[in-house]
Amino acid sequence: MAQEPRDAALEVIGPEEPEEDPARLLACRAVTVTYAGLRAVSSVTFSVRRGEVVGLIGPNGAGKTTLVNAMSGFAPISEGSITLGGAEISHLPPERRAHRGLARTFQHGRLFMDLSARENIELGALAVGCSAREARRRTDALLEETGLLSLAARPPAELSHGDQQRVSVARAVVAGPAFLLLDEPAAGLPAESLAELRALVEQTRVGRDAGVVVIDHNVEFVLDLSDRVVVLDHGQLLAEGTPSYVRHHEEVLAAYFGSVPSTRSASAAPPGDGDAASGTAKAP
Amino acid sequence: MTVVGYLVNAISLGALYALIAVSVGLVFAVLRQINLAQGEVMAFGAYSLWLMRSLPIWLAIVLCFAICIAGSLVLQVAVFRPLRGASALATLIVTFGVSYGLEALWLVVFGPNGKPVSMLIRLNNTVIGGAIALRWITIVDIGAAALLLGGLYALLFRSSLGLRMRAVAEDFSTARIVGVRIERVVTVAFVLCGASAAVVAVLETVQTPLVTTTLGLSLIVVALVGVVLGGLDHLGRATAGGFIVGFVNSLLGSILPEQQLVFVTSLTFLFVVIVLVVRPAGLLAPRGVGVERV
Repeated sequence: MAQEPRDAALEVIGPEEPEEDPARLLACRAVTVTYAGLRAVSSVTFSVRRGEVVGLIGPNGAGKTTLVNAMSGFAPISEGSITLGGAEISHLPPERRAHRGLARTFQHGRLFMDLSARENIELGALAVGCSAREARRRTDALLEETGLLSLAARPPAELSHGDQQRVSVARAVVAGPAFLLLDEPAAGLPAESLAELRALVEQTRVGRDAGVVVIDHNVEFVLDLSDRVVVLDHGQLLAEGTPSYVRHHEEVLAAYFGSVPSTRSASAAPPGDGDAASGTAKAP
Repeated sequence: MTVVGYLVNAISLGALYALIAVSVGLVFAVLRQINLAQGEVMAFGAYSLWLMRSLPIWLAIVLCFAICIAGSLVLQVAVFRPLRGASALATLIVTFGVSYGLEALWLVVFGPNGKPVSMLIRLNNTVIGGAIALRWITIVDIGAAALLLGGLYALLFRSSLGLRMRAVAEDFSTARIVGVRIERVVTVAFVLCGASAAVVAVLETVQTPLVTTTLGLSLIVVALVGVVLGGLDHLGRATAGGFIVGFVNSLLGSILPEQQLVFVTSLTFLFVVIVLVVRPAGLLAPRGVGVERV
């Protein structure tokens, strides 16, 4: 499908767009998602390459989770197309997308409460066709990496919120996905756990050559993690570019704060530009 | 007959109803649909045994399994798949209708008179005579149910397929996102239902060697009551509920005077009503569980 012309207001300053190999792309083209007549996502086009981390940010209700739902098959799209490795997946059921290498986490974990933490993670590998032995090996490795080994036999309800988040990310990573969609992975995590999460995402990106899309209300966390950032507002693509470009994008700031703050450096300057930067650059 | 004899018989009937209940519970767990048509798969299996009465017994039993599994899969495709997403109540009504339709079909095809099946009739001989009056079939009932339920437990809790089934049972849509191939899990559930129906068909026809058109519905309604009693949303409790209803049914049949045997079913249902009034969430549900069942 031909790419839709972007909104005139949209500016793109980001990494040089090389000739993309479709086999290494997860791409949304003019994707629209409609709920009961309301366009939750409107003609959004963006892509993520394998080995790249793309942050998806925007104020509450911007359509971030809806877009991830559409990509993972959790919500149907009404227009546009989604391709994975060059193949159209828009109309594939979620499990077929998972088998093609798309894994995701959920904002509220959606762990299986009747299964143990270990079983939750193992399921992620078994479901995409790993042998029982391989699933166990991968699960053991991830339990070790995430420090969950001693809690492996417990059901998620007995774990802290942070540990549940770890299990949720591990369940997605264990499948060895080509593309990983992380919906609020840092929500509720203590600051000291963010580095560990960052390391896990980094390992997935580099070690497994996976493309990662990450949504989080902790904008600093997203900007810090991402190679490129896509900003949504009211279901539309507002801006796309490098983290430092997005930090200074006036429309992005306006979308977050209602208007461009008079002291920009105090509200959304990149780390290093001012001490107040990281503390305020969060979604309201 | 002594109290021991009554209890062993009650355990035997309870085991049979537990096998029916586990099938209803399994389909509900995976699809949130109520499988009342399961009774007619059993009836179909029992009639198939009559049709194959001239074959060697082992072959007839093997074919009965194949027929019940095929029947169960046909129902899955023809009835349950089109009903995906419908409410549990809708599936209850539709499968109730399917049961009545199939019962009418048996009437047309096999006629109103019962069909005698004299297969494995020797299993009705007594192992221990006298006051206990223990029959071989009672032992086989209990053994078969224990084997099947034990096998199902092992499948669910000791295999990767079981892990996938438990995930689907808990959260259908998240299981799909994780990558679980739903259709495979559903197919396995219906294969297990078919196998369970075949076991019940064989055991039931040995105990009551006359296959009638009402066989399926009479068994499934009592089992369903047991499932509701135990808790539809929990496979273990649903199975235990089936066992309890069968147990009570048998015990009442044993201790009531002969002229009052006609009240066995009514008294069983009365027992269930009392339980549900006293403990609306079910006899076996943990405290604090909601009361919505269908």
